[in-house]
Amino acid sequence: MFSELFLKLWNTGIIQKGIWETVYMTVLSSVIAYLIGLPLGVILTVADKEGIWPHPLLHRILGLIVNFFRSVPFIILMVAMLPAAKLIVGTSLGNRAMIVMLVIAAAPYVARMVESSLKEVDAGVIEAAQSMGTGNFQIIRKVLLPEAKPSLIIGAVISMVTILGYSAMAATIGGTGLGQIAISYGHQRFHPDITWFCVVLTVVIVQIIQEAGNRIARKTDKRYKA
Amino acid sequence: MIELQSLSKTYRTADREIVALEDISLTVRDGEIFGIIGLSGAGKSTLVRCINLLERPTSGRVLIDGREITALPRKQLLKLRQSIGMIFQGFNLLEQRTVLHNVTFPLEVSGLRRSEAKARATELLELVGLSDRADSYPSQLSGGQKQRVAIARALATNPKYLLCDEATSALDPNTTRSILELLAEINKQMGVTIVIITHEMKVIDRICDRVAVLDQSRVVEEGAVSEVFTNPRSTIAKELILPDSRVGISAPGGRRIRLTFHAGISQEPLLSRMILECQCPVNILFAETKQLDTRTYGQMLIELPTEPRDAERIIAWLKNSPLDWQEEE
Repeated sequence: MFSELFLKLWNTGIIQKGIWETVYMTVLSSVIAYLIGLPLGVILTVADKEGIWPHPLLHRILGLIVNFFRSVPFIILMVAMLPAAKLIVGTSLGNRAMIVMLVIAAAPYVARMVESSLKEVDAGVIEAAQSMGTGNFQIIRKVLLPEAKPSLIIGAVISMVTILGYSAMAATIGGTGLGQIAISYGHQRFHPDITWFCVVLTVVIVQIIQEAGNRIARKTDKRYKA
Repeated sequence: MIELQSLSKTYRTADREIVALEDISLTVRDGEIFGIIGLSGAGKSTLVRCINLLERPTSGRVLIDGREITALPRKQLLKLRQSIGMIFQGFNLLEQRTVLHNVTFPLEVSGLRRSEAKARATELLELVGLSDRADSYPSQLSGGQKQRVAIARALATNPKYLLCDEATSALDPNTTRSILELLAEINKQMGVTIVIITHEMKVIDRICDRVAVLDQSRVVEEGAVSEVFTNPRSTIAKELILPDSRVGISAPGGRRIRLTFHAGISQEPLLSRMILECQCPVNILFAETKQLDTRTYGQMLIELPTEPRDAERIIAWLKNSPLDWQEEE
């Protein structure tokens, strides 16, 4: 059923390594993208002219930057940002550089996801908190983030799946992982079995992320408990 | 004491200005329950939000216990808000927190220790009759229970004032009654001054001491509830008390008199006595009575005989009677 090349890749552990590289690039990039995107999303929400800390100019500038990075297709952004990777991690090759690329592409995406989750929080609840003399920082910490938590988790799942997709694309400029295996062995050496094996593995990884995320979101959401 | 002095609020949109409040001056005395009534769009919600500066008035002054608050630095304003509780039509509870932790919220904000906050919240839940629901989430409660939690939360920091923005408008009549009873009790036992915004006359009648009537961004009438109810001067107050009072009767005929009945008087057969004593008939064009919670109000539009002497006799009789009346144009 499987070709000789596949078995060779499996027996030498190249496929297993590819799985591990995909998972770790995705997870690490997601974590760093949230470290940047979450505060950015919070600022985009509160600095809105309807927000609790209206700063239209700041909101506009951040919005423009986020939109700029979001409108460039990842594959082009990646090539354009190679010098940035070199600046940040000292190399434009390998997975470390790829993680920089993924973060640059994903952080603005995450910021928008976070913003849309936070905007779902009922304005009345925020007003109630204000009526109790709650400062803006406490409103963010005690109202916005906890009330939006289930939605934030769902957003994180969507972001991670997107980042996983980006990580496969990174193979075209030297990234490793399942994407690279599919391209260099499956595509370039005409082994469709390898390509399909990578497809199935990716689907499995996405399903695991999705299912785990949904469960956590459901478990933390206190709104629909009868 | 809450004093509002010539308060105005204008919203600016791209192409026009919307006046929400115009030159409003009101005083809410300590210990009373003060009602502000008006139709929707009259500016009530904006007005109540000017008291804790959730809305900033465009001009005018807001004095809380003699202190002008519109110029307070933000830190002090936040501190001040902890002494003014507020409840809302939509309850506005934190959905992801338990009932108990909704009540501890303002205490956490004020910097109270967790254990103390919990003890205080437990006490308040007992006051509003929800001790057994401390660990429930808001989504598991009925509307009335949610408002009780909101009341407990608003009272957690021991505020001197409680603002109620249409707090019973989303509730059914029985629940409304029990929430109003709770508010009355809080006013009496804890001495909390309460400001109530509503469009329902029943709410005012049931628990307010004084009332201001708001119409098209202005206060058109203000006074003791019994006063305003028995002798409403503004058209809007008349409409709110007796919604159908403006039934137009435009048939030509004799002079028309509008009689207003209120508690006590409605028990006596005054009209029969008037007809018997004046020895002339009147034509009843319109009559209505309305049972508000504790009082009966009624009004009647009568047409006097076309013969001037008969009409004068009835006017003279009315002048000596205990009836409230006025001639219609």
